Amino acid sequence: MTVTEQRPSGEVGRDRRRKEDARLITGRTTWTDNLSLPGMLHLAILRSPMAHARITGIDVTAAREMTAVVDVFTGRDVADVQGSLPCAWTVTPDLKHPDHPPLAVDEVRFAGEPIAVVAARDWASALDALEAIDVDYEPLPAVLDMEAALADGAPLVHDSLGTNKAFTWVFDSAEAGTGGDLADALAQAEVVVRRRYVQQRLIPAFMEPRSVVVDPTPDQITMWSSTQVPHFVRFFLAALLGTPEHKIRVIAPDVGGGFGGKLQITAEEFITFLTAQRLHKPVKYTESRSESMLAAHHGRDMIQEVEIGARRDGTVTGLGVRLLANMGGYLRLLTPATPLLGRYMYNGIYKFPAHRFECTGVFTTTTPTDAYRGAGRPEATFAIERAMDDLAAELGMEPMELRRRNWIRHDEFPFTTVTGLTYDSGDYEAATERAMELFRYDELRREQQERRHRGDRVQLGVGISTYTEMCGLAPSRWLGSLGYAAGGWESASVRMLPTGKVEVLTGTTPHGQGHETVWSQIVADQLGVPFEDVEVMHGDTRTSHKGLDTYGSRSLAVGGYALVEACRRVVEKARPMAAHMLECDPADLEFVDGQFRVRGAPGAAKSITECALAIFAAHDLPDGVEPYLDADASYDPVDFSFPHGTHLCAVEVDTETGMATIRSYVAVDDVGRAVNPLIVEGQVHGGVAQGIAQALFEEARYDEDGNLMTGTFVEYTIPSASDLPDLVTDRTETPAPGHPLGAKGVGEAGTIASTPAVVNAVVDALRPLGVTDVRMPCTPERVWSTIQAARSANGGEPR
Amino acid sequence: MIPAAFDYTRAASVEDAVTVLAGAGDDGKVLAGGQSLLPMLRLRLAAPTMVVDLGGVAELRGVRDDGDALVIGAMTTHDDVTKHPLVREHAPLIAQAAETVGDRQVRHMGTFGGSLAHADPAGDLPGVALALDAVMSVAGPDGMRDVPAGDFFVDYFTTALGASDVLVSVRVPKLTGWSTHYEKFHQMAQSWSVVGVAAAVRRSNGSIAEARVALTNMGVTPIRARGVEEALTGAPATADTVAAAAARAMEGASPLTDGTASAEYRTQLAPVLTRRAVMAAGGL
Repeated sequence: MTVTEQRPSGEVGRDRRRKEDARLITGRTTWTDNLSLPGMLHLAILRSPMAHARITGIDVTAAREMTAVVDVFTGRDVADVQGSLPCAWTVTPDLKHPDHPPLAVDEVRFAGEPIAVVAARDWASALDALEAIDVDYEPLPAVLDMEAALADGAPLVHDSLGTNKAFTWVFDSAEAGTGGDLADALAQAEVVVRRRYVQQRLIPAFMEPRSVVVDPTPDQITMWSSTQVPHFVRFFLAALLGTPEHKIRVIAPDVGGGFGGKLQITAEEFITFLTAQRLHKPVKYTESRSESMLAAHHGRDMIQEVEIGARRDGTVTGLGVRLLANMGGYLRLLTPATPLLGRYMYNGIYKFPAHRFECTGVFTTTTPTDAYRGAGRPEATFAIERAMDDLAAELGMEPMELRRRNWIRHDEFPFTTVTGLTYDSGDYEAATERAMELFRYDELRREQQERRHRGDRVQLGVGISTYTEMCGLAPSRWLGSLGYAAGGWESASVRMLPTGKVEVLTGTTPHGQGHETVWSQIVADQLGVPFEDVEVMHGDTRTSHKGLDTYGSRSLAVGGYALVEACRRVVEKARPMAAHMLECDPADLEFVDGQFRVRGAPGAAKSITECALAIFAAHDLPDGVEPYLDADASYDPVDFSFPHGTHLCAVEVDTETGMATIRSYVAVDDVGRAVNPLIVEGQVHGGVAQGIAQALFEEARYDEDGNLMTGTFVEYTIPSASDLPDLVTDRTETPAPGHPLGAKGVGEAGTIASTPAVVNAVVDALRPLGVTDVRMPCTPERVWSTIQAARSANGGEPR
Repeated sequence: MIPAAFDYTRAASVEDAVTVLAGAGDDGKVLAGGQSLLPMLRLRLAAPTMVVDLGGVAELRGVRDDGDALVIGAMTTHDDVTKHPLVREHAPLIAQAAETVGDRQVRHMGTFGGSLAHADPAGDLPGVALALDAVMSVAGPDGMRDVPAGDFFVDYFTTALGASDVLVSVRVPKLTGWSTHYEKFHQMAQSWSVVGVAAAVRRSNGSIAEARVALTNMGVTPIRARGVEEALTGAPATADTVAAAAARAMEGASPLTDGTASAEYRTQLAPVLTRRAVMAAGGL
């Protein structure tokens, strides 16, 4: 790490081990599935084995009669009360938004869709009873290929819509006034590179499968759910199922990962809620891993057509993007918006003068897609970084040099891009220089040349990804202008207890990020109290009632701002008390390291903790001071947060077997000021691992009938530590000008950056063989067959 | 998930296990280390009515020296096999292959005999047993019998074991003066072999005096690459002769296309990996 401490004594900027880890790692905490309530029933859900079929009959008689079974019901039984799962983002006015009943009633549209529910006194009995349910299906054609689904006469996923097209969203820089006309730019370009990239479907594969417990007491219904978004869940349960909001409490206890996969209002939550209401009993549903793979939403799954125009000297002149995005069988919470979160980023860090973007959402009979770490931005970054490499190859230019010629220079910030965003800050030169030095870029390029020259069986490739991203979701005004149903603000409440200890409520909902540690560090600095004296509470709509939860790398970028502001308000609330005790004018006090001092009178001081006790005792309060030292604040971001960085990857490709092995990987990220560099590094490591996984390992595949072929971890191959390289990480720090701590989001940056770095390296290794692209994941067989195809296209000779 | 209901017997002895299995007819299943069976039960891909657990039969565990051979108890775990001094000295090929099985947890639970009896074409140990001319010692209703590895692996997930048979131990001839190598090809550390090659070579005066090569996942059972062996025998120990011999790896092979790889790709891999395995075994 090459980061200089601004305040060596301060907590912010310090590597703190995470205070929550002891309980998370040992499991001595509340995971939803650990809950056991008196009289609790267990649910099992029968799921469709067909991708697309009409349900012509369901016989649950035998299941109902089984021992320990309390209730069995189908979608038809609850059709009037089960509501429809929400989609919160109407991306275009004519968005096709089909009903999404939690339990299918007449028709199933993806394999894994819930059909019937068993409630039993124990889980095993519930599972046994599933096998006694008899369902008659009339098969309908599976709709799997997006391009075929859009063709005339294609079978329809939803007959009532009359089309498989969910929406088409267009941005044109000439129309928007943010740039020129793309057609003109391409017509005048000296070089145009056109590419088609495929973003395979991924499964978020969070560590803790989804689990939900509902306890319907006469006073209130409490739901515990392994979710990223308890505040959303409460809102939608109230809005869609008719239970008054104040009678619903939703708790996300400790949650074992989400990666966007738990940014959802799930069928399983609705079903469990309905069952508890129906039976007036506590009910638990915990999915198996196989169910999770099948039915929790998937990510990515897009076809990208990219065209870049450029001059011979490498200056880019225009960027066109046409996207097909697979919605799956229904729209879930953010399904149509996920590809569009990338639409602002296809230009990456480059100064394109003209841009056109078009995205069409397509229904297919597959598991619905939605947010997965990065949500739209990894796809965009992949496309532009792959295309820049391909353009460099076309121009015969060193790919880093091409980037340098086109990126925004550090002295050009703030910079308004062709998509209309204003990037606040960055120093691409500094991050790149540091990355190239750590990577030994020139040495690797020399070795690459040697291997090429001698026709080595193992070729070396160097992959570059110079990325930025937009995170810290999101300015409410921006969200509103794009048809999103909610805002993007965040809140914090800080209360200093009479003994000087501090309790913090945050509206963000951590599920592995380490908020308790980071929030404690921030509060410790702001109030001048020890790190250990801060307790952070979250994830319960009764206590942390104001909040919009955690996703889109927003918690620190937005919630951290609110936290700093709440701390400042606490200080200002204590100030009159301190002045009263010190018998001075409040304006004469300065607050440093937890002490109010009278300017110019050393020795005259009162600590904020003394103020807290005196305020609580309230024996002698000055006018206007309330008898408790606490404050709330909320923050609605003015703009996004723009972390950036340079990732470099060296890959060795065995041309006999196609095996691509990462030899070295350097990530230099600029996430502004790091509150806890250790946690930043952890986020980068985890993010890069997931990005590498997309590049090399993971793919959700369906067979021709629409059955998920990768339903277990045997087929859906997530990498383990042994499959990943040692990462070299470093940071540059360009403080975010709009954030009181200078911090930017970091939760998704590693994933956004890494995938193109790896694939660029694989392709770079093989360019002399005539290879211009390798579809992800770059498995050995796929790499080998790509080499074979290139060889036969070139008449067997290296190009 | 939870398996369908079944009866469970923890066998006290091999005879006990055979008796219970005989009573269960075709619906009995032997539980060794459980690393393949339990996932199948939990996914409800298998639903035996009787599971006979060999975990309590002490005589099935361990490795002993039997003169010109080792005898490896069927219930010896992969981890114990990997670390056992006798195995490391006299059958290092087994130790090397066993060390690549699954992950650490799997190797501490999974057993040598269980892996052979399961006969997954992608399993590493069947090919190794075949290369080493191992002999299986099998207990059945009619007493004990020996089955050579070449007769043991019958078909896809199918061995010469009958429904009431229990694999007791595996006799592995000591290879003195040989050197060996297991070349496993897989992308992920924990995944099964796409193709594997077990090679054993005895060199003499700059030539290869004898060679044994077995292929994993190049057919429904492991197979001996007889063409390769023939080409190597008596040939000079050079990279060129090994490459030429390895080119015959497909003789007798009939690879499948499955979710992991196509037959075409396996056909590419077999000669390449055979060449690498023999080169490594031969110290070339």
